Amino acid sequence: MSNNDTSPVKPERRRLVEVLLGGGLVASVVSFVYPVLRYLVPPPVADLGGDEVVACKKGDLKPNSAKIFRFGNRPALLLLTAEGEYRALSATCTHLSCTVQYRNDLHQIWCACHNGMYDINGRNVSGPPPRPLEVFQVNLRGDDVVVHRKQGA
Amino acid sequence: MAMWRNNSIWRYLLPGLLLCLAAVPAPAQTTNTCVECHASLDPPLQVTAEQFATDIHAQKGLTCASCHGGDPTLADMDAMSKKAGFRGKIEKKQIPELCGKCHADGAYMRKYNPSLRTDQLAQYKTSVHGKLLAQGDQKVAVCTDCHGLHGLRPASDTRSQVHPLNVAKTCSKCHADAAYMKDHHIPTDQFAKYTTSVHYKAMTEGGDLSAPTCTTCHGNHGAAPPGVDSVQNVCSNCHVFQSQLYEKSTHKAAFQRSALPGCMVCHGKHDISHPSDANLGTGPKAVCMQCHKPGDVCDQARVKILGSLTQLEEDIHNADKVLAVAEASGMEVSEAKLEQDQARDALTKARVSIHRFQLDPVNQDVQAGMKIAAKNLQAGKEALRERDYRRMGLAAALLSIFLVLAGLRLYIGKIEQQKAR
Amino acid sequence: MTWWSTGNREPSVKLLQQAYDWLDERLDFKDLIAPLVKKTVPMHGRSYWYFLGGITLFLFGLQVCTGILLLLYYRPSAGEAFESVQYIMTRVQFGWLIRSIHSWAANLMIFTAFAHMFSVLFLKAYRKPRELTWVTGMLLLFLAMGFGFSGYLLPWNTLAFFATKVGTDIAGQVPVIGKWIMIFLRGGEEVTGATLTRFFGFHVALLPGITTVLIGAHIFLVQRFGMSVPPEVEERWKEAPAEASEMKFFPSFFLREMMAWYFALAVLGVLAALLPWELGTKADPFAAAPLGIKPEWYFLFMFQTLKLIPAKVWFVDGELLGILTFGAAGGLWVLLPFFDGVARGRGRRMILGVGIFALAFILAMTVYGYVAK
Repeated sequence: MSNNDTSPVKPERRRLVEVLLGGGLVASVVSFVYPVLRYLVPPPVADLGGDEVVACKKGDLKPNSAKIFRFGNRPALLLLTAEGEYRALSATCTHLSCTVQYRNDLHQIWCACHNGMYDINGRNVSGPPPRPLEVFQVNLRGDDVVVHRKQGA
Repeated sequence: MAMWRNNSIWRYLLPGLLLCLAAVPAPAQTTNTCVECHASLDPPLQVTAEQFATDIHAQKGLTCASCHGGDPTLADMDAMSKKAGFRGKIEKKQIPELCGKCHADGAYMRKYNPSLRTDQLAQYKTSVHGKLLAQGDQKVAVCTDCHGLHGLRPASDTRSQVHPLNVAKTCSKCHADAAYMKDHHIPTDQFAKYTTSVHYKAMTEGGDLSAPTCTTCHGNHGAAPPGVDSVQNVCSNCHVFQSQLYEKSTHKAAFQRSALPGCMVCHGKHDISHPSDANLGTGPKAVCMQCHKPGDVCDQARVKILGSLTQLEEDIHNADKVLAVAEASGMEVSEAKLEQDQARDALTKARVSIHRFQLDPVNQDVQAGMKIAAKNLQAGKEALRERDYRRMGLAAALLSIFLVLAGLRLYIGKIEQQKAR
Repeated sequence: MTWWSTGNREPSVKLLQQAYDWLDERLDFKDLIAPLVKKTVPMHGRSYWYFLGGITLFLFGLQVCTGILLLLYYRPSAGEAFESVQYIMTRVQFGWLIRSIHSWAANLMIFTAFAHMFSVLFLKAYRKPRELTWVTGMLLLFLAMGFGFSGYLLPWNTLAFFATKVGTDIAGQVPVIGKWIMIFLRGGEEVTGATLTRFFGFHVALLPGITTVLIGAHIFLVQRFGMSVPPEVEERWKEAPAEASEMKFFPSFFLREMMAWYFALAVLGVLAALLPWELGTKADPFAAAPLGIKPEWYFLFMFQTLKLIPAKVWFVDGELLGILTFGAAGGLWVLLPFFDGVARGRGRRMILGVGIFALAFILAMTVYGYVAK
């Protein structure tokens, strides 16, 4: 009852069991623990890219110029006026969804598809667009130009 | 006084009086006895109280007498008094001047709607309709043919005959009637063609009120077909980019020399359909080969342009396919899919650049689009690589789990054997 | 003397032995765990069903672990919830694995909970003295479905938003208190960010708290009474005691259970890697509901039944009748064991009949719900 040496299980079989069980246990536990440990380390980019986006750094844009950046699932336009004010708006034309651009000669936002025009506050001033562009809020956080959806209803 | 014994008077007057009791009270700033009788008459003399109530002129306080003369405050037949200036039915050729009496008078119109234009009559006189009317042709449109007569609604009202959504139908009332138009010797297929066009679809299916209808290109009061050299101007009001490119191109000069009507040569006039790459081909939809000869310099350029557009479209399609596979396997590729829109924008831009009729502008846009499509294809392939990496990881984990399961089975066997002893 | 002290001299086991002795020296728990050590599991043709309870418990534990991990990155506000789940799926290392396991294990757990409940019903393990075990178990089943309902909304995607809207609308139909229940659930009149925050609170605090207590009670009761044996087997063993067979819980059944749990892990790994849980599109409260919106499969049979009931049954509103019927059925189901002793065997046969009907009904309506447009 107490002597293992007279057990019917052969030594090689015992070894096999030990290796299988021990090795398998270690391997499987590692395969569970390794992903969890990697998971716990926060990724380098903490930005969710949802309702708040860092569009660019201060100084990236020259006055009277603009750039397109991604906001949520659609493109958006960040423009720096000649007077040094930032404006951020949706870049999807409200007519047939082409991507609009800033015309620094006209100081207006233009849609190349059917000659729609918006002012820098997003109001549709001429051409086919039926509605203004959605306007977003721009704030400076340190060197970052942060764009987020307007608060409130 | 013999009329009092006239049965027909009673036949019309009594129901007329009863109708007045039941009638929708019209904005009663002014009495208008005309409607009392005319509501119960048969057409063409019929003007119902309802029509009168919806009429914009009536709503502003005008009465039948404002156009027809007479005295609307008097009862029944006395209202139609010649002394009060009753004119009866207005002759067709008198209508524009009659409407213009108020509508061309700036000071008068300012009292009602200061922002309404007052040049309609002047414009009408320059139109084909106006000119033919001046020559005595009665088979033309006058104000009432388009705007309606009694029960006239403002153009901004969706039920008005001249609301943008209804304009084409209104024009087609005459212009699609072959019998009516017989003497004018112009085609009557415009409306039929227009209903197949992309502009019509934009308006009816897309609800886009800014889409062009008959009056957008032909004018409304000054309606006339645009001249051969003004077609480009008309189209360029919306299609600015294409017009600017075309302006600098060789085709502009060439078409002008041959008195060809610009945009219409390739795009048609009423049945303007959405252009496709087949227009650049050699099949039935080909436009270039209408003029150019196979093998000449332009034909060679066409082949190159078509080739690069087709290449870009293929690249975009390939990237789409890979991204779709990646997404179906559960990988997150929404950013790359969004970027594909930019590649598609580049393709659209390239197709617009054709209007420069040179290879370089088109190639520039195509190259830009290809770069984006290539980047997205890369992203899709990386997603698939990541997916395979995960599957290998899964296989390794499964292997270790099955090792444990096998080990446990043997271990259980072992200890139970031991216990059995 | 434990099974592992019978001469097995492997170093790892020796270490375990030393740890055990050290703890026992101080805590003196040998008599406390004695019932566990002595616990046996009856072995008969239908013993495999005994695994289901343990697997459900294992899956719950897995949910707690993966849930805590998800908590490290999830943000419970309407403006950020969807993006945070997207972030977990795309940017966090192995986030896709943790999230997919959490979603799949949730469904698996509810499935095994139902299977466990039905197996207990058909093996008649609910009969005296185990009535309270049944009651706590039924409450746990309802809690599991509550977990499912509240957790489903948390990614704040279109499907979840509208499923929650429809579900809470139905809750609002309950007479008298329905409106209040609906407002309580939604945190307002409509489904908004307030609903999300509230469901989050339910899902990670309120429900886990109650569930932990009930699980404790349920397991305590199971250990107290030991494993139940179906009546026919009990009879057979009374007549022929030699046929009676029991397996020791430690180590034999326990190791087999570990095999089952490991296998469940394998299944979850395959599901997470080959069929990752989808993200969907972010919820837009002002958009129209997508056509053919359906709840998750464990609510589908009720939803489909409500859809089939005609608008008016006599003078009663059809949907209301359906809700009340399900409510009454649920209530009676909890009290099932108390009908067992009724009328000398008729009660038991009735329970069997009702059980078969319920299982068939649920299966049929679930399939129908999937197939129907």
